Amino acid sequence: MSLFDWFADRRKAAPVVRVNQESDEGDGLWSKCPECGLVTYRKDLQANASVCKGCGYHHRIDSEERIRLLADEGSFEPLDTELAPTDPLAFKDRRNYADRLRDSQLSTGLRDAVVTGLCRLDGHPLALGVMDFRFMGGSMGSVVGEKLTRLIEKATDRQLPVLIVCASGGARMQEGMLSLMQMAKISGALERHRRAELLYIPLLTHPTTGGVTASFAMLGDLILAEPKALIGFAGRRVIEQTLREKLPDGFQTAEYLQDHGFVDTIVPRPQLRSTLSSLLRLHAPKSCLSLS
Amino acid sequence: MARRALLDFEKPLVELEEQIEQIRQLARDSEVDVSQQLLQLETLATRRREEIFLALTPAQKIQVARHPQRPSSLDYIQLITDEWIELHGDRRGSDDKALVGGVGRIGDRAVLLIGHQKGRDTKENVARNFGMASPGGYRKAMRLMEHADRFRLPILCFIDTPGAYAGVLAEEQGQGEAIAVNLREMFRLRVPIVATVIGEGGSGGALGIGVADRLLMFEHSVYTVASPEACASILWRDAAKAPAAAEALKITGPDLLRLDIIDRVLQEPSGGNHWAPLQAAATLKGALLESLDELSSLSEHDLLEQRYAKYRAMGRYEAASPTPEVVAPV
Ligand SMILES: [Zn+2]
Repeated sequence: MSLFDWFADRRKAAPVVRVNQESDEGDGLWSKCPECGLVTYRKDLQANASVCKGCGYHHRIDSEERIRLLADEGSFEPLDTELAPTDPLAFKDRRNYADRLRDSQLSTGLRDAVVTGLCRLDGHPLALGVMDFRFMGGSMGSVVGEKLTRLIEKATDRQLPVLIVCASGGARMQEGMLSLMQMAKISGALERHRRAELLYIPLLTHPTTGGVTASFAMLGDLILAEPKALIGFAGRRVIEQTLREKLPDGFQTAEYLQDHGFVDTIVPRPQLRSTLSSLLRLHAPKSCLSLS
Repeated sequence: MARRALLDFEKPLVELEEQIEQIRQLARDSEVDVSQQLLQLETLATRRREEIFLALTPAQKIQVARHPQRPSSLDYIQLITDEWIELHGDRRGSDDKALVGGVGRIGDRAVLLIGHQKGRDTKENVARNFGMASPGGYRKAMRLMEHADRFRLPILCFIDTPGAYAGVLAEEQGQGEAIAVNLREMFRLRVPIVATVIGEGGSGGALGIGVADRLLMFEHSVYTVASPEACASILWRDAAKAPAAAEALKITGPDLLRLDIIDRVLQEPSGGNHWAPLQAAATLKGALLESLDELSSLSEHDLLEQRYAKYRAMGRYEAASPTPEVVAPV
């Protein structure tokens, strides 16, 4: 099944209410840049990888659009789509976790906050995981942990490089310690992938924080980031409260992390595919390296 | 027994404590034999304390876990080892006092010991940053664990932190990266690792030295994905709802046993570990030695496979109907 068919099927299956993410723009045909105010026809914006032509602002994109940008057409084969979250703690804050889950599932058509699969990128075989921030802030619970672990294990088994597109507020509190332990589980799978001398690249997109930063986001052989993405371990408000001082300019941006040595390179989204293609080619086993 | 700071739910004990103290005073000042009355009152106080501590809510357990007199990593290390030498520094320019470690001996067994370290008083707490480790702390821990791997010393980790330090410098130095590397590398170490939550296990900062073959937890210790205070202010939009969050997050030993996250809950003396530190240390030492005995019979290969399988199995999910993802209409 092609990626397009797969998403089309999902759309049909997921009934009604797709929440309009940029509701101030009415029917969603037009999109207004929150940085410079430029109003663009949504299709034109998407043709530019959802990057504002006026100021370079990177609009948030969902997993579907991300996969379309990265995977060769028709090459994406989703994995473990049957995995669904449960409510192991019977968690209830102001709302039931079960209700929050159902809302996110209805509005996104996804079962949880990550889509994983095998694909090709410019011909290079690749194990790809894409977090979807729309689903409860991309938070990591048992399903996110299990799907990413299975993806990495499959990649180790098949000698494939792994790319994980991070977009997450961190561990999902509603699954308690089960969520925290996903950090360890995924890191363990990455240790085996690494021991097999295979390439792992996380791409840090806005935002990548908390438990995701303290695990697979920071474990890349090479770490890429999108311009101006918020990347950090602790939340800004928490730090401000402990310090009672103003945070430095550009604190916890991709550029800040690059300056401090934690990001290899910042890649504007329109160049992402070609950059990844080069990296995959340069790190392919020698016998396959053809510089022609 | 010296007077100790009482927690609010221990208030029913205050009166009894005062009576006991008065009688002791009396005994000191005169020749009157009060041993009978003392014994009676102390028995009563013990029973009341037991009743109270058997019925602690998760929020109350947090208070016990954070009690300023609760034995710390260094207390236990000194009590359970026959000799020990603290080792300092991450070899990258820092020595974090919130995370301590060193080599030592328990009986005929040489081990590496590391743990978060809180302070006893305000001054020491400032020096130790309230047990909140910086990236340098996690890197020091990793350096020591690599050392243990090289010299085949089993690793004992003691978890007791509100969380990894949240500060500008910590971010600059890569708090996330430091913890992440530990999570990955701990799966590679060829020696047994036993971790014990002795006080509070705060999120990633706890997990940063918490990947283990056996995970133990004291009866009144807690282990949380996020502090109940933070969780309450995010999910309830009201920090005052922290007790409800503590309940909902399932942070106690029995809860985490049920969720297959920890292996064993260690019983505490009546009134909590700070009432009888020697007894707590004996319990801990016994449990650690039992775990080490079990693990030392495993080959390196089996040890690593079992460690991987242990974490591999964590998580709760279900397999819904096959592709495509179908969300059932409500
Ligand atoms: Zn713009």
